[in-house]
Amino acid sequence: MNVNESAGKELLDQMDDTQKGKYLTFSLGEEIYGIEIKFVTEIVVVGMQSVTTVPDLPEYVQGIINLRGKIIPVIDVRLRFKKPPCDYNDRTCIVIVDIRGIAVGLIVDTVQEVLSIADQDMVPPPQLNSNTYHQRFIKAIGKVNNAVKLILDCDRLLSDDEIVSLEQTG
Amino acid sequence: MAGDHTLEPMLDMFLFETDQLLEQLEQIIIHSEQSDTYSATDINEIFRIMHTIKGAAAMMLYDNIAALSHAIEDVFFYLRDTNPENMDCTKLSDLILSSIDFIKTELKKIREGDRVDGDAAALNSSIKNYLEILKQSNPAPLENSGTGVISVTNQQYYIAQDKKAASTQNKCFKAAVFFDAGCEMENIRAYTVIHELKDFAEDIHYIPENIMEDDSTCEMIRQNGFVVRFSSDRPLAELHDFFGKTILMKEFQLEETDPPASGEKKARPQQIVLEDPVVKIPPSPEEGLPAKNSEIHSSNQQSMISVNVAKLDRLMDLVGELVISEALVVQNPDLRGLTLDNFNKAARQQEKIISELQDMVMSVRMLPLTTTFHKMQRIIRDMCKKLGKDVQLELIGETTEVDKNIIEHISDPLMHLIRNAIDHGIETAEEREAAGKTASGKITLEAKNSGSDVIILITDDGRGLNKGKILDRARQKGLLHKPENELTDKEIYNFIFAPGFSTQDKVTEFSGRGVGMDVVTKNVNSVGGLVLIDSVAGEGTTISLKIPLTLSIIDGMTIRVGNVRYTVPITTIRESFKPQAKEIINDPDRNEMIMVRGQCYPILRIHRLFKVTTSVTDFTDGIIIMVENEDEVLCLFADELLGQQQVVVKALPPYIKNIRQAEGLAGCTLLGDGSISLILDIGGMMRRGYSL
Repeated sequence: MNVNESAGKELLDQMDDTQKGKYLTFSLGEEIYGIEIKFVTEIVVVGMQSVTTVPDLPEYVQGIINLRGKIIPVIDVRLRFKKPPCDYNDRTCIVIVDIRGIAVGLIVDTVQEVLSIADQDMVPPPQLNSNTYHQRFIKAIGKVNNAVKLILDCDRLLSDDEIVSLEQTG
Repeated sequence: MAGDHTLEPMLDMFLFETDQLLEQLEQIIIHSEQSDTYSATDINEIFRIMHTIKGAAAMMLYDNIAALSHAIEDVFFYLRDTNPENMDCTKLSDLILSSIDFIKTELKKIREGDRVDGDAAALNSSIKNYLEILKQSNPAPLENSGTGVISVTNQQYYIAQDKKAASTQNKCFKAAVFFDAGCEMENIRAYTVIHELKDFAEDIHYIPENIMEDDSTCEMIRQNGFVVRFSSDRPLAELHDFFGKTILMKEFQLEETDPPASGEKKARPQQIVLEDPVVKIPPSPEEGLPAKNSEIHSSNQQSMISVNVAKLDRLMDLVGELVISEALVVQNPDLRGLTLDNFNKAARQQEKIISELQDMVMSVRMLPLTTTFHKMQRIIRDMCKKLGKDVQLELIGETTEVDKNIIEHISDPLMHLIRNAIDHGIETAEEREAAGKTASGKITLEAKNSGSDVIILITDDGRGLNKGKILDRARQKGLLHKPENELTDKEIYNFIFAPGFSTQDKVTEFSGRGVGMDVVTKNVNSVGGLVLIDSVAGEGTTISLKIPLTLSIIDGMTIRVGNVRYTVPITTIRESFKPQAKEIINDPDRNEMIMVRGQCYPILRIHRLFKVTTSVTDFTDGIIIMVENEDEVLCLFADELLGQQQVVVKALPPYIKNIRQAEGLAGCTLLGDGSISLILDIGGMMRRGYSL
């Protein structure tokens, strides 16, 4: 390994370290969700972006946006989680995430804060009926003070079958 | 070795140059084979190419390539010197072509980072055998080989000096390098040392002198070592390290010597150091001509540079973004209602420059089809040999230029089409003569421009497509979707594009699996092209590929439906008009049609197809755009036309592409105000329209 590579790796390790245990929290209705900060690339306010509807897509895919010349698909997380839709307001945000190299925008009600949650404060989600649709997206439940944050499994957010076939296509 | 990062730029260069040389070599060989003789110029050229490849390969330590090219070089060295009369051209061509293939495989391995482990021993020995046989059948006159050596030893070698003569603080050194026994090509390795030494040393003289010209110097280096005298301002220890790093070296001696004034210049008075780079003086007039040729050649190359395609792609993207951002500035909503004479003037000037820039970048990406076409000659040659057929290839319009990306996509289809033409199309010589044709078949490969498309025609004068056989096979495969007597010839021929379709009963080396034509259509469709086929039984088949010149920027008409914008490629639009209520026809199946100048066309409501909410649902409120694709015409109904502009085609994000399986969209583009417009795929919409 040459010098550059090892230096680069060190830098990456450092970045991983500073981002570890940090979560961006956002609300969907009553619940607070968390997403690992390393997946998040930026947050845009929905009002600033006009979303272009693309025909023949599932309802939860709202369409595509132009983010400084990049075309990014946006998903309404409410609809993805089978929650009742609600109108977008000035607090509605698009969280741009990069999941295994695929950029996707997530429309959420409001973005709250960046939190550190220690590993010992994380508990696995209850395994009562693990086959329910909703359960698939929750990786863990984080306890912060007296509140709970549902930590999203980003890898699964595009749903397992979707991302696998995506990687195959390209 | 390939993993060593200091070598990477060199490796890239090596791969690129060797590739080009091989291509050139292949052309020469095939050309020579057709005329069944190797002309003196060709021999010189081949010799030069092999020599360059050998040198480069040895420098990069690809010994198998170097050894093989060395063997070939030997043969052509002999040919150049003795010019034997009774040589077996075909055998030689075969040998060299298979050597080219070998080197190409090795290059591929290098490129993919695999170990270069191909064994060329068999090829090597057959080339050596060939040379032996040649030598035996043409006993060389004695003095001939003698003069070769003498002229070489008399030759002087001047080292090009870019720097000024040695400065006073430079010290003189003498080094003797001994290479590992059996490492082969000591002369090339020695040259590598000199080459690297040039970076920090001056006044370099070495014994033996003519290492690059004369391979017999290997022996001298093996026995006496390679002796270098040079001057340098570097300390002895640093030079010690430098020599210590020489590859495959057994041992070396390095010592400081007297300054050149007393030692070097006196001892070797014939060495002249020149300030300007000088080419070596040709020792004989016969060699003068090729030397001049190669000089012209190299000065030509000076005006060309090779650029990584990825960089060009990036440049294209940037220009695309520039076009969009220009529109963003000029059409900025903040400017609305203001009188901005000077601004507008400046904006128009900028627009002009940007569109010029765009044209330039596009033209940089355009490549002539020449190389792609010439590759086919090799395929034809190989197949003719194997199948015992005689086929001539005629190339027309090979200089037609096409976008680089598109060239990559049509090379495979062309190869399949040519193979098919030879294997299925062209009959054997006996059959041809019986049918009253010339014994040798003919395939014409023609390229021509037609509007924003390039049309490539592959024509053979073979037996033509067998309609009966195609129909039989289509029936077996269950491909018939309407009564046989209603099928047009074109529809019947189109069956051969179905996957797995082959009329051949047995699978041969070249065809019969039915994959070929499927690949052709897939590849051509992927760049937005079309494959058309036409055939006359007994007279031949013509396959035409209609391919767009470029993929990235198209002329489009932007239309609005509800609050969504769509872009229709201008080339597909026939006309657009406001319909009159009396022209609209409704049939009992609730299909809507329109009568235009006595012709009836189906109407497709975009808002209904794409489920867009719009207030414009009455035909008389909106606009009809008549589009055509593959001779089919369809009328699209939209809310309004927004205007025509050049748009940069962007692919839909992979995430969308994956979940959206439906046809009808070719991509998307960014409009002047930063909003997104979806580019319609008219062909796809037509297919959907009919299935609704």
